[in-house]
Amino acid sequence: MQALRHMFRSLFLLELFRGMRLTGRYLFARKITVQYPEERAPMSPRFRGIHALRRYANGEERCIACKLCEAVCPALAITIDSEQREDGTRRTTRYDIDLFKCIYCGFCEEACPVDSIVETRYYEYHFENRGEQIMTKEKLIAIGDKFEKQIAADRAADATYR
Amino acid sequence: MIELLIILAKIIVIVAPLLLAVAYLTFAERKIIGYMQGRIGPNRVGPRGWLQPIADALKLLFKEIIVPTNANRFLFVLAPILSIGPALAAWAVIPFDAHLVLANIDASLLYVLALTSVGVYGVIIAGWASNSKYAFLGAMRSAAQIVAYEIAMGFALVGVLMAAHSINLRDIVLAQSGGIVHWFWLPLLPLFLVYFISGVAETNRAPFDVAEGESEIVAGFHVEYSGMMFAVFFLAEYANIILISVLAALLFWGGWLSPFQGIPYLEGWFAVVPGTVWLLAKSAFFSFCFLWFRATFPRYRYDQIMRLGWKVFIPITIVWLVVLGIAIVSKVPPWFN
Amino acid sequence: MITEKVMFFVFASVLVFAALRVITARNPVHSALFLVLAFFSSSALWILLQAEFLAITLVLVYVGAVMVLFLFVVMMLDINLTKLREGFIKYLPVGATVALLIIAEMIIVLNANFGANKITSPMIHGPGYSNTAAIGGVMYTDYLYPFEIAAVILLVAIIAAIVLTLRRKVGAKSQSPAAQVQVRKSDRLRVVKMPVERKEIGQ
Repeated sequence: MQALRHMFRSLFLLELFRGMRLTGRYLFARKITVQYPEERAPMSPRFRGIHALRRYANGEERCIACKLCEAVCPALAITIDSEQREDGTRRTTRYDIDLFKCIYCGFCEEACPVDSIVETRYYEYHFENRGEQIMTKEKLIAIGDKFEKQIAADRAADATYR
Repeated sequence: MIELLIILAKIIVIVAPLLLAVAYLTFAERKIIGYMQGRIGPNRVGPRGWLQPIADALKLLFKEIIVPTNANRFLFVLAPILSIGPALAAWAVIPFDAHLVLANIDASLLYVLALTSVGVYGVIIAGWASNSKYAFLGAMRSAAQIVAYEIAMGFALVGVLMAAHSINLRDIVLAQSGGIVHWFWLPLLPLFLVYFISGVAETNRAPFDVAEGESEIVAGFHVEYSGMMFAVFFLAEYANIILISVLAALLFWGGWLSPFQGIPYLEGWFAVVPGTVWLLAKSAFFSFCFLWFRATFPRYRYDQIMRLGWKVFIPITIVWLVVLGIAIVSKVPPWFN
Repeated sequence: MITEKVMFFVFASVLVFAALRVITARNPVHSALFLVLAFFSSSALWILLQAEFLAITLVLVYVGAVMVLFLFVVMMLDINLTKLREGFIKYLPVGATVALLIIAEMIIVLNANFGANKITSPMIHGPGYSNTAAIGGVMYTDYLYPFEIAAVILLVAIIAAIVLTLRRKVGAKSQSPAAQVQVRKSDRLRVVKMPVERKEIGQ
């Protein structure tokens, strides 16, 4: 009986028609494509895009060259050199992130005791020449200056969970 | 001389819209499959993407044609021509209306069958001449598959010509006149299914696309082809899809006959619609089915394809031919009286 | 008429050329493809003789099916040509004798029955004439028994070929698609109902 029913079903292609009914229904279903440059998907304040180095409100750079981010980086993408300034504080002379190595895990951001290195929401960037993927200190600080408002707002939104 | 020019003009009148239809079938495929997957499909080139096929064609035209080292150059170039030639030549005998046909030859159904079977040489030669393992595997698969399904398809068409008492496509359609129940899909339903599924297999379309099998053998027989030569394979495949759809409409669904024939009132109202429109509408539906299948079914495994062809379809057709013979001899109405 | 003659000579010369290349081509795949070309040209010749049914059938059966299988086999062969030519001198006398014998026989037969003056030129029929119907009429009346007997012989040959080559290998691992497509979800998958975890008492 079971075999007979199976034969009936396969001879009359019932299962195939069921499959086609499903795709046929989807033909008229709502399309969920996001038309990217014009439309964008919503983004979380925790989004991990390109990195930035932040400053304090008085213009002093936050990074104290503790090298916790360098130590925690699983991809070994961060290289830091530091020296003592005349006023006795320690600051970085070199802060490089190799974006080809970086896996955007966000550990550096979590490790940072002064909220200096952060990952911004900005993700539309590209490189045209070899070597441009190394984000130097100047570039990172420039990004930080550019997006400071957004970065600060995102940290504030997430503050209760940190 | 004038006669030759007229024939040439007729050929252009058939082939030019056909190539346009092929181009827009590729567009329809991407749109429809996109829609079935909850996407929009191409919509960037031109209004709502309507210029996409033209952009594709231009891109392929300007791409470099690469001939692999140690490939057989002559056969490599010949293969796309061999696949598009029969695909276009078969249209010579397709009647678009009771009087609208380029060559009304006696054995037109046989002619179409012969030409579709010749199309496989393009695939085989392409696979062999490419000097590539993937291409060769694709060619082997395609050869075995097409031989298997051609037999089933041939048997299904034997049923049609038994029912119509003719192998002339025009006479086959005229034998179906009398309304939607008189069309051959009803008495020949199993043969129609076998024919259409074999048609899908013959054109190497999903779910029978093991000859290409992107996920298994990269792109099968046309891995090594690029630019316009690849485009020609593409054209041949889609021209064959349209051909199979038109044949399905002609052989089983009454061709250019109106579906309202014999129904009071409706017949009169739809009498103004020319027959060609009905034929095109029916063929468009079957072409749509090709895309629908591709959006729905996963690829068959190779040994299952062989089993389906040899052990399922051929027995079904043979059994139904006997049934049909009995029906014809005992003059079962309304088809065979 | 003159175009027909020109076409005849074009197709005939292509046919002869292709037939010669079938036996002289070094690559067996090329030979097979030249055989396809030969079939095509001979079918064109038949169309010139108003035998369109036979011509199309020739293409359908030989080009569409038989030669595909031939190519299928030939492509997979790995032929070492030098090895094939090894015994050429040794077998030359036997081969030459057989060839001469065949030529002599053909000359005798052809001289008796063939020749341009011995066969009448084919009838030229009007446009209403159906070659297909004529073949059908002859095949199912005058030649009914030979036709059916030939069909039965072919069937016997098919069955014989299957029986000769069908052997079950002991220990060979193979899948049975027939059994595989019969499988249903219920044969493979067991859905276990488990109670939802209860809250600990006292919480």
